[in-house]
Amino acid sequence: MTRVLVPAGALGLGFDQDALDRGVAMKPDIIAIDGGSTDSGPAYLGRGVSKYSTASTKAEWAKLIDAQQKAHCPLVIGTAGTCGANSTVDWLFEITCEILAERNATAKIVRLYSQQPADRIITALDNGTLTPLAGAPHIDATVIGACSNIVALAGAEQIQAALAVHPDIIIAGRTTDTAIISALPLLNGDNAGAAWHGAKIAECGALCSTHPMSGVVMVDFDTTGFTIEPLSTGAICTPETVSAHMLYENTDPFCLYEPGGYLDVTGAKYIQHTDTAVRVEGSVWTRTDPYTVKLEGARCAGFQTVSIATLRDRRYVENSTAWCADIISRLRHDIAQRTKLNDGEYHIELRQIGRDSTLGALETDHTTPAEVGIMGIITTQTQAQSTEIAKMLNPYLLHHPLTPDEPMPTFAFPFSPPEMERGPIYEFCLNHIMAIQDPMSCFEMVVTHV
Amino acid sequence: MSNLGDHVTKIRSKNAGPFWVTIDIFCGSAETYAWCCGILDTNAVAALYQTPAKDVLRFDIAALNVIKFSFPRPTIQGALQDRDMHGAAWATLLETLEVERS
Repeated sequence: MTRVLVPAGALGLGFDQDALDRGVAMKPDIIAIDGGSTDSGPAYLGRGVSKYSTASTKAEWAKLIDAQQKAHCPLVIGTAGTCGANSTVDWLFEITCEILAERNATAKIVRLYSQQPADRIITALDNGTLTPLAGAPHIDATVIGACSNIVALAGAEQIQAALAVHPDIIIAGRTTDTAIISALPLLNGDNAGAAWHGAKIAECGALCSTHPMSGVVMVDFDTTGFTIEPLSTGAICTPETVSAHMLYENTDPFCLYEPGGYLDVTGAKYIQHTDTAVRVEGSVWTRTDPYTVKLEGARCAGFQTVSIATLRDRRYVENSTAWCADIISRLRHDIAQRTKLNDGEYHIELRQIGRDSTLGALETDHTTPAEVGIMGIITTQTQAQSTEIAKMLNPYLLHHPLTPDEPMPTFAFPFSPPEMERGPIYEFCLNHIMAIQDPMSCFEMVVTHV
Repeated sequence: MSNLGDHVTKIRSKNAGPFWVTIDIFCGSAETYAWCCGILDTNAVAALYQTPAKDVLRFDIAALNVIKFSFPRPTIQGALQDRDMHGAAWATLLETLEVERS
């Protein structure tokens, strides 16, 4: 039997401290939490930085280190610092050292690095060991070489390698959400289908319960299945809340691909075990050969400057689409006349907030809003050029009339200057799996006594 | 006429990784689930999202009274033309879909 305490769906989302204390008192074998996701976009991987503030991360991580010291079991975080690049593993390592120093405490820490050198991926492409997944963009050596960061998603095997050195804390780079939870039950010989299924259900903490924001859940794994229970007062797991979690952020609610195999939950049975806990049996894990890891990569897609103006005049709101089209046409003409940029070297868009800025061409509601926010988005290969074009856009956003023979209009600007420099922007460019001989062949471990 | 969102418990959409989006319709009861399964045509849903019907995966899950649709994102998450980083707002198109229920 293996008891895994999951404090929350991710470090930075908060958790119920009383429930965590209750979990520690139940003597878990490991405390496991996820530290990231691709969910907030490519910029974090592109830049190699965390989405959450250092101060908030430190405050929550310190509480988990305190829990680890009381429970005397390993504490593992996967995908440290949102993207799991080497830089964010080291960022969390430094925070960990600060916390331990403040407490006059010591710990054996494993850092598991998931970052991949571009050369390795280019070689894999040449050797035919890289396979595109559905919806993958076209790649070549140039695209791979342009990635600022590439990571491989570690699975259970790599976390097990880290556990083998008997650490107090594992700070892992990019890892699948589930592997940090499934690794120890698999190592202990618990049922493999249950290990992965229980891990998937618990990976978002209490999202699989009636109190999704309360964070803390406990999962007991054994040789036939798993039992999951939320630890916050009032929170309940039911067969429906648990099985429904297989829907979440999953393309296929019955099948989950992981490094080294896939989980099939078609035959899983969910039973109310106690008033608050659910028992699950019948899920099946199938090994696949060769062993593969999924890759993520992000590259710079230019530099962006954004300007915002708002239209409140009824006539302009009603005709905002034509107004925007006219401005774009005039701005393109100005760029051709006054700069050396060719058409393909810049991207300009006026997105209409209040009309269709969320859904674009898919929008079905065409009622006239009270006001429309005009968000000018300029992208070129340099920040200076993008801001230069945004400044050329400025007079139009301020005064452009719908017709030539009307008094000069003026529109609302929320900021001075209206141009906001967004810096480099990034795009995801890998959705591939890479076959490797040994699970540890493209991951590195560093063990430190702090 | 009414909207689909008026009849079901919840409709949510979310990325399933940067390259796919998934939409879950929680019908709330076996009766509403059976009605939804009958009126929701996969081709019509594909058209609503301007995506080829052959790319739309559909799961009718009676045990949960849920209908799930998954398809490749029309723009990769975070790409220049992407407007919804988390794929969170696409559910509204199904919520506001006009339906008739006798």
